Amino acid sequence: MARLKFLCDADRCIECNACVTACKNEHEVPWGINRRRVVTINDGKPGERSISMACMHCTDAPCAAVCPVACFYGTADGLVLHDKDLCIGCGYCFYACPFGAPQYPRVGNFGGRGKMDKCTYCAGGPQQDNSRVEYTQYGSNRIAEGKLPLCAEMCSTKALLAGDGEIIASIYKERVQRRGFGSGAWGWRTAYKETVTT
Amino acid sequence: MSRSLALRAGGALLALALVAAPAAAQQQNTQGQGTEGPAGGAPEVQSVVPEVGDGRGGMNNQVPETTEKQAPTGGERPAPMREVAPTPAAPITAPPPNTARGDTSADEMELQRTLRGGVIEGRTTLPDTAAAILIQPEGRDWREFRNQWLFWIGAAAVVGTVALLALTFLVSGRKRIEAGRSGRSILRFGVLERVNHWMVAVSFVLLGLSGLNITYGALALRPIIGPEAFTALTFWGQAVHQYLSFPFVLGLFVMVAVWLRDNLPTKVDIAWIKAGGPVAKGHPPAGRFNAAQKALYWFTMGGGGLVALSGYVLMFPFTVTDVGGQQWAHIVHGLMAMVMIAAILGHAYIGSIGMEGALEAMSTGRVDYNWAKEHHSLWLEQETAKAREAVAPPSGARAVGAD
Ligand code: HEM
Ligand code: SF4
Ligand code: SF4
Repeated sequence: MARLKFLCDADRCIECNACVTACKNEHEVPWGINRRRVVTINDGKPGERSISMACMHCTDAPCAAVCPVACFYGTADGLVLHDKDLCIGCGYCFYACPFGAPQYPRVGNFGGRGKMDKCTYCAGGPQQDNSRVEYTQYGSNRIAEGKLPLCAEMCSTKALLAGDGEIIASIYKERVQRRGFGSGAWGWRTAYKETVTT
Repeated sequence: MSRSLALRAGGALLALALVAAPAAAQQQNTQGQGTEGPAGGAPEVQSVVPEVGDGRGGMNNQVPETTEKQAPTGGERPAPMREVAPTPAAPITAPPPNTARGDTSADEMELQRTLRGGVIEGRTTLPDTAAAILIQPEGRDWREFRNQWLFWIGAAAVVGTVALLALTFLVSGRKRIEAGRSGRSILRFGVLERVNHWMVAVSFVLLGLSGLNITYGALALRPIIGPEAFTALTFWGQAVHQYLSFPFVLGLFVMVAVWLRDNLPTKVDIAWIKAGGPVAKGHPPAGRFNAAQKALYWFTMGGGGLVALSGYVLMFPFTVTDVGGQQWAHIVHGLMAMVMIAAILGHAYIGSIGMEGALEAMSTGRVDYNWAKEHHSLWLEQETAKAREAVAPPSGARAVGAD
């Protein structure tokens, strides 16, 4: 079984935000919620890098560990998904998540922040695959159709890679060897307790 | 010739479309008003879809940007192509070494933040400021706190206190009024004091239960009642937790107003503690509140204040602080809540089954004369002195038949 991961090659990312837009469009993500975002560090300074970030689908996921109603579940491919029918919108998963992935429809916590929303790796939720109800709650389920996440599929510079962890790591390693530089696999140490050594 | 005509026609079309677009949008806007449009006034179509016609699209079908005459395309090139590449005047230097790109390294930055704290932060184009934090490894520490520290400290505090109180009750039993009931009673707490006390008490119990459900419910309740029922319970529990914060905090303020003066420490308190406090032989003198009660008072005021402050930070997340601050607010809230639950369990024990004659102070408001004499002798003296003064004749009054 594959272990699905994301890897953003920050030396290729041009901060075009196409992944962000593609994600919002594919899943009809509501206003104010971004399942994926591009963060530019050292903006305008030496060492500037842009990194496209969403839920990393962590190993031993912190969000799942702190959820007071235990609404997360893991898939055989290593994805971390959640059941919106069980979520109470307490906001704890955001405090635990190292990547700021969980998003909420409401700003205040007075009476709950609404059902948490986050990147599903285009794998939907616990509902029947590709059903209407799954689509309205979680967006489309490309994984069930045998496709990879749209953000990575349509990345113009192929900075964002999605797929089996070992395969995308080897693609990244080869790139780094060819071009002679690479700032590393962002978030991997934190999410998977491993790094891509080149 | 026909081509340039088409070009010009296309340009005119586009210009028309540009002028027409806002006008069209405006029209849409006014039409939308009062009709069954999506939201009052919002146009159903948010922008006019540009015509894809002759003037737009297509590889080379560019639109002239000026009114100047354009050189017709497809003619002779202004300069002939070079046969060979020009030799550069200066030699091309090797590309700058890698280090010139700045030695940003994901592994190093993450490791450093994990060990030393802090976040990897940048800039986004999103209005959500929390989105600019790329990685906050502290989330793992907070998880450790909530799932390990808070879990075990809370369990030890609550279960430990209950066990300790049960043991106390078994060993020393109920503390009796030694002199027995006198049959006479004296007013200890007025209506405002009692109503306020029970408002705080009821809110506290429900706050505590709904809070403990957040900490332990997934482990203790969810397997029994099932995920759906547990979510419903926790959702309503959260609502209860948030709404009852208001009477709880209001009650704390009232307690400050009515009980602060009687809780200021005095010399009597030192003597009371030196005599052995709650386990003293005999009954050391005490004012309206003894040193232990004063300590509980200050603890509840301080702890309640902290719990309320941190609770409101949690209730309105990211209004005053960032994710690190939210985590700290939760740590303060959780720890303080557990310690307070333990302390209040002890308080409730003494006030009910632990001591004869104590509960009526908060129910009817009146306590037995002998109970007051044993536990709050100085207060009783003060009260009786006050009462005597009240019924005494005015100092200028002359005795009946004096003249
Ligand atoms: C006074 C005002 C208070 C406010 C505004 C407040 C607010 C909150 C909020 C917003 C949370 C986060 C969980 C959620 O929203 O579902 C929370 C958690 C919690 N509160 Fe309170 N609270 C207050 C008082 C108390 C008191 C008096 C207690 C204890 C008796 C208490 C015990 C707890 C506990 C145990 C948790 C769960 C901690 C955890 O497991 O993570 N709270 N509170
Ligand atoms: S990135 Fe955040 S939301 Fe995604 S699995 Fe990890 S902790 Fe959970
Ligand atoms: S917001 Fe929802 S998913 Fe996140 S921890 Fe709370 S209940 Fe769980």
